[in-house]
Amino acid sequence: MKALFRYREVWLLVAIAVLIGLVSIRFPAFAAPGNLAQIFNDTALLIMLVLGQMLVIVTRSFDLSMASNLCFTGMAVAMLNAAHPDIPVAMLIVLALVIGLALGALNGILIWKLNMPSIVVTLGTLTIYRGATFILSGGAWVNADQMSPTFIGLQRVVVLGIPVLSWIVLLVIVLFFALTTYTALGRSIFAVGVNPTASVYIGVDVGRTKFIVFCLSGMVSGLAGYLWVARYVIASVEIANGFELNIIAACVIGGISIAGGIGSVGGAVLGALFLGLISNALPVIDISPFWQMAISGMAIIVAVAINARAERRKGRIILRKAETA
Amino acid sequence: MSDIPAPRHIPDRLDRPLRSALLSWEALLVAVTVTIFGLNCVASPYFLDPWSLSDLTFNFTEKALIALAMALLLISGEIDLSVAGIIALSSTLMGMAAQTGAGTAVLVPIGIGMGLACGALNGVLVTGLGLPSIIITIGTMSLFRGIAFIMLGDKAYQGYPADFAFFGQGYVWWVVSFELALFLAAALLYWFVLHRTSFGRRIFAIGNNPVAAQFSGVRVSRIKFLLFCLTGLMSGIAAVLVTSRLGSTRPSIAQGYELEVITMAMLGGVSISGGVGSILGVVLAAFIMGLVTFGLGLLNVPGIVMSIFVGLLLIIVIAAQRLTAKGAPHRGG
Repeated sequence: MKALFRYREVWLLVAIAVLIGLVSIRFPAFAAPGNLAQIFNDTALLIMLVLGQMLVIVTRSFDLSMASNLCFTGMAVAMLNAAHPDIPVAMLIVLALVIGLALGALNGILIWKLNMPSIVVTLGTLTIYRGATFILSGGAWVNADQMSPTFIGLQRVVVLGIPVLSWIVLLVIVLFFALTTYTALGRSIFAVGVNPTASVYIGVDVGRTKFIVFCLSGMVSGLAGYLWVARYVIASVEIANGFELNIIAACVIGGISIAGGIGSVGGAVLGALFLGLISNALPVIDISPFWQMAISGMAIIVAVAINARAERRKGRIILRKAETA
Repeated sequence: MSDIPAPRHIPDRLDRPLRSALLSWEALLVAVTVTIFGLNCVASPYFLDPWSLSDLTFNFTEKALIALAMALLLISGEIDLSVAGIIALSSTLMGMAAQTGAGTAVLVPIGIGMGLACGALNGVLVTGLGLPSIIITIGTMSLFRGIAFIMLGDKAYQGYPADFAFFGQGYVWWVVSFELALFLAAALLYWFVLHRTSFGRRIFAIGNNPVAAQFSGVRVSRIKFLLFCLTGLMSGIAAVLVTSRLGSTRPSIAQGYELEVITMAMLGGVSISGGVGSILGVVLAAFIMGLVTFGLGLLNVPGIVMSIFVGLLLIIVIAAQRLTAKGAPHRGG
């Protein structure tokens, strides 16, 4: 029991449970399974993006271009759908993954081959990708009536009680969990974050690992681009503007250390859920949505303060199993 | 910022002969500035008009004022993402005061004081708790803007006193705006502080190796705290200018400024991992960004497409720096 509470995930889970409990004292309907599933669905896109960002941050980098990548890819598939409604949605999803991958790979190449700091590269591509969206669309919007019903409807289809969007996110979570837990690549990602110099000596190519990580975060952004456009049934240059900072904020709350090397899929998911829950709970307990930013700001600062203490005590661990064994 | 800093060359005025000055980062920036200026002249016959050149400066002076302080902060190895949030909060506070009939003499100290207070809060959180500034200031960014949102709701404050408009719209001498004059004076002051005082040397020392600096008797935490206060102060000043220029306060005021300010500093040759940078570079970068956006504006290029050029400029310029640097230290980031 005591060992269990060493994990941040447990604390986050407790915090989330307390939050749900407090709100449901006044509004019992809030804790109903249907409403919780709804909140999960609302947070789904954030969870996906946070998972991509998590891997990037674990390698001591940042991807500030994720929201712009999302915007560009979303616009590209939406325009294609509007122009050629007969292209199957499955193909558009593959295309979204490919476009996202290409944009992520561009970040990755610059960081790998030119050894540029990731903040600089992605700060640049943040504006470039969003500007490219404008050039692609000519500043026009793609509206709901221009998109085909299957394009919009796919993620709303309910399978086994929950929408496809939630299923896709669950799949992404499982894939990321498998990647970080069972693959050599996952281990190299953590090794690069814990100690880049030592990673070189054990035969991990630091630059290449970072490149792969940026490709993955790009792919996730691309997929989220399609889902975002389908969910909010609009594609414009403005979508997800400033969202990159929400993504990083959720990572921080989820206990991912920006010093690199520390982070888990569970933490990332719970961090995103925590932010999603706050934004869903505020209107319910009659707090104006204007409070949302201030409250999430406080949550970030508190989370970092707790993080900093935890890191000082624990040191860095690559494999949890090895430590507890 | 999180990496162990590699040993680097600390700039010294004694080892800068003419040749290295000609090959320096600043020389490249001057060349870029002249090229863009020339292109602008060719692009539009209206460009060389003194009033049009004066308008140009309004594009960047407010952000550039913050970039000066941000450069110092980046050189010391820290970052402040909350500057736009500080502007929003300072501007909101001034707006509230203006609603109660406060005069310009009251509004300006309120705006600047609020900026300073926000900067001090950042400084306390970062140095007092020993936390990474990039995360703390993401938190305070939401916090400051969130408070502005709470106070403003969906309203917009207007009705600033008539003489308040001077700061953002006034001219001190013929076509020289108050904003530009203030920026040039501040740039000179920052140049002196960073490159000619022991305080400036300590900032470089901290950025190069905070541990060594600490052991050499540099009060690292105190200097970092001061630098956060300084960035807050400049954001407060910028808040006065922006509010005065727009004549109104909305919760979305100065949205996205933080990234432009940081882009400006990095384009000016300030290293994101600390220890490297110069004020001259930042000033040139500010003019370059002003020239690019203004020139493209003359060609009727939409604002969002301009940002592509700024982003490309940043990447190309930094990539060129990486490709040409001999034996550049292998660093993550």
